[in-house]
Amino acid sequence: MKQASRWFSRNLIRIYAFIGFAYLFLPIIYTFAFSFNASTKSNLVWVGFTWNNWLNPCGAPDVCNALGNSLKIGVLATFFATLLGTLMAFAMGRYAFRGRSIVNILIFLPMATPEIVMGASLLTMFISFGFNPGFWTIVIAHVMFCISFVVVTVKARIASLDPRLEQAAMDLYADERETFRRVTLPLVAPGIAAAALLAFSLSFDDFIITNFNSGDVNTFPKFVYISAQRGLPPQANVIGSSMFLIALIIVLAGQFVGRRRAGVR
Amino acid sequence: MSTALLHTSVHEKKPLITKKKLLPYWLLAPGIIWLVIFFLVPIYQLISTSTQTQGLGIGTYVQTYRFANFIDAITSSKAQLIRSFEYAFLATAFALIISYPLAYAVAFKSGRWKNTLLVLIVAPFFCSFLLRTVAWEQILGEQGLVIKFLRFVHIMGAQDHLTATPFAVVAGLTYNFLPFMTLPLYASLERIDIRMMEASGDLYANAFTTFLKVTVPLSLPGVVAGTLLTFIPAAGDYINAELLGNPGTKMIGNVIEARYLEIVDYPGAAALSLILMVSILILVMLYVKRAGTEELV
Amino acid sequence: MVDASTSAHGDLTLKNLTKNFGDFVAVDDLDLVIPEGSFFALLGPSGCGKTTTLRMVAGLEEPTSGSIYIGKSDITYEKPYKRPVNTVFQNYALFPHLSIYENVAFGLRRRGVKDVDTQVKKALELVELTHLSGRKPSQLSGGQQQRIALARAIVNRPALLLLDEPLGALDLKLRRAMQIELKWIQTEVGITFVHVTHDQEEAMTMADTIAVMNEGKIEQMGSPADLYDNPRTAFVANFLGQSNLIKGSIVDHSGDSGIVNIFGTKLALPTPRNHAHDSSVLLGIRPEKIRIAPRGSSMSGNVLEGGVISDASYIGVSTQYQVEMPWGQELMVFEQNDDGTPPLAKGDAVTMSWEPIFTFGLAGDQDANAGSEANPDSE
Repeated sequence: MKQASRWFSRNLIRIYAFIGFAYLFLPIIYTFAFSFNASTKSNLVWVGFTWNNWLNPCGAPDVCNALGNSLKIGVLATFFATLLGTLMAFAMGRYAFRGRSIVNILIFLPMATPEIVMGASLLTMFISFGFNPGFWTIVIAHVMFCISFVVVTVKARIASLDPRLEQAAMDLYADERETFRRVTLPLVAPGIAAAALLAFSLSFDDFIITNFNSGDVNTFPKFVYISAQRGLPPQANVIGSSMFLIALIIVLAGQFVGRRRAGVR
Repeated sequence: MSTALLHTSVHEKKPLITKKKLLPYWLLAPGIIWLVIFFLVPIYQLISTSTQTQGLGIGTYVQTYRFANFIDAITSSKAQLIRSFEYAFLATAFALIISYPLAYAVAFKSGRWKNTLLVLIVAPFFCSFLLRTVAWEQILGEQGLVIKFLRFVHIMGAQDHLTATPFAVVAGLTYNFLPFMTLPLYASLERIDIRMMEASGDLYANAFTTFLKVTVPLSLPGVVAGTLLTFIPAAGDYINAELLGNPGTKMIGNVIEARYLEIVDYPGAAALSLILMVSILILVMLYVKRAGTEELV
Repeated sequence: MVDASTSAHGDLTLKNLTKNFGDFVAVDDLDLVIPEGSFFALLGPSGCGKTTTLRMVAGLEEPTSGSIYIGKSDITYEKPYKRPVNTVFQNYALFPHLSIYENVAFGLRRRGVKDVDTQVKKALELVELTHLSGRKPSQLSGGQQQRIALARAIVNRPALLLLDEPLGALDLKLRRAMQIELKWIQTEVGITFVHVTHDQEEAMTMADTIAVMNEGKIEQMGSPADLYDNPRTAFVANFLGQSNLIKGSIVDHSGDSGIVNIFGTKLALPTPRNHAHDSSVLLGIRPEKIRIAPRGSSMSGNVLEGGVISDASYIGVSTQYQVEMPWGQELMVFEQNDDGTPPLAKGDAVTMSWEPIFTFGLAGDQDANAGSEANPDSE
């Protein structure tokens, strides 16, 4: 009995963690389970098991159109946000310059501003300049709020870089360009990759800002929101689950590759 | 002395100072321009719209510096504003309570699974948060198992429901922002040198005291970052209130959305947005000043 | 493509080299010539400017004024990748994302050398780590990383190899082994080595010539024996080994020796070993040169009476005594335990003596303790 209680108190936190993870994944598991539901109207009650939804993920009207838009926007926004953000991160992490604190505040503000404020004000500006909300306004908006997150992520990675590695490279006959190409960039790359993944997730998952600035264009989160009132088709569950699984596999694979590269056994 | 001067003037292989000094500005320029145009300018326009009034035609507005807009906004939406901060505060508190042991477990008790577990914390993030919120709506809803179970055990009656309650909204908010709380907590816990905890034990502190007096203070930067990253978006959220709540649980986000997209009262909506933004900023400043973080970014 | 490697060679000359960090003068008007092919040590306590000097030679730090020459080539403001100089860094700075092979090959590839493979293999053989060429730096031990850092630098056959306290992170036994190996490699390869360290034993073991630095300036330069036997400043006398420095004044001359008055006793100081500029002098004698015997014994040479033992420590090889003199100063004496006579005890009254040729004299206006706090081995 004493043994049991000692084991219990030592592993209390592990048990808690297990429960915590279960709680985190509950909606995911639910979503995944109901993607196999053979429902026709609303996906609320379990009717029966079927593969149909997975075999025909675009069955519900407009769902694949929405998904396609989200993916296109995601890729475009990620590309530009990562590019602009990485440039800024290098400037801030590597050089001394005047106006540092102002730039810091400028980067911090989008992260501290409620999405609704950013979305609404951006819409107002677009309209006042005569641009109707649509595909490109969404991309522009996404790039805007992703930059800050990219800067923070990449800057952290740059800060952890030992400056003596670059000095060693120059000592070994690599000029500035080669040092950057062969030493700095490879070592910062994991941070840039993480930032890109973060930016893509933020863009793909965004609803509020998108909602204000999309006009007629449908994105996946918008589709879910609108359908939730009427009844969410199981195809949405299929797409959501597959995005989850794909992303999970990519990240875990990236981890695995990263470990092998560093030579950790 | 003079020969030394002669020496230095001969060595003109010094790198161009101008070229080197301008580089950071070139690197910053694209990002800053983007943020200025698509963040600062809209906010500026927001500020100026908030004091405008309806013009002659529908949808036209005139700048009249009507500061009474703000008074109107507060009087009409005071309840929602307060409610938003209440919910955000509760959600942040719950998120902290739930996340801290989780982050602690991953930082100290996970051995070689540490990186995998980290990924698993972020993983739910990969599934659209709308889908997750809708899932909660269904899990907690009439057809869900939770209600059936609670009714079975007679904790809840046949008339009671979980969705369309403040409870559901707060629960949804808490859940949605868990990774934002857990990751910064994990990051600062992970940085704690485990030898400090050992030293504390060596100096006669038991596990609980060590936790309270050593671990918690050292993890404070993570707590600050996590609470900020949770509270700020939670206060402005309206999805959870929409999907999981009822008309009585409307948050300020709902009100602003309605003003913009349904009622189309731009100055009123702008005024409300500004109030929300400023109150959040004030709270953040106060909090950061007390908790003390040097660089927020 | 950059190739500066074999272009310049010759002595390393530093002329009026100065480096200021704001108000702080790290390197103060340094003048130094390091002969080609020698093993040279820059020795000094932390903060004395030795690392800054090294970094200026490597090109990683820009001098405030002065110049640096290799042979006749002025490299003062050349970029590091244009200098025929390679550095072994204190923390090794091996590239974590490259294999050991690629680390060693790095400099060769940047220079566009043709037979990379042969050269890399030769360098790895020199440090006896060929079998590790496929591994990553994180998989190597500290000592192995240090040797790879050395191989990576040497493979480029620079005119000058700079070592920035490379043995600091190693444990004692490994450090001793590496000292011998580094010395051997230097003689094998014939490159000029400039070794920066704060460990005086290490400097004396490895270097042909040592420059002792303090507060940005060179206190004294010479062979290890030179510096040890005939120090010119109190700092050098205290930093290398230990010294007894006694205040006195020169009152007379006799042949090629000065006569110094030490609180009443007259002691001989050979004139070539006197570095004082006037009659005020710090008389110096190393503790191991002093003979000690109970009072009343007859002794010759420079004799000091009146001491009383205040502490005696038996250290196995030797016994170390602290002797309190009538004027209040405590002198150190190291007696080798080689003649079976029982050691003296605390409280014993003693007489001390030493051969006059071991005496040295320093300028009397210096701080007699300079360099002794900085030396962790001295009491």
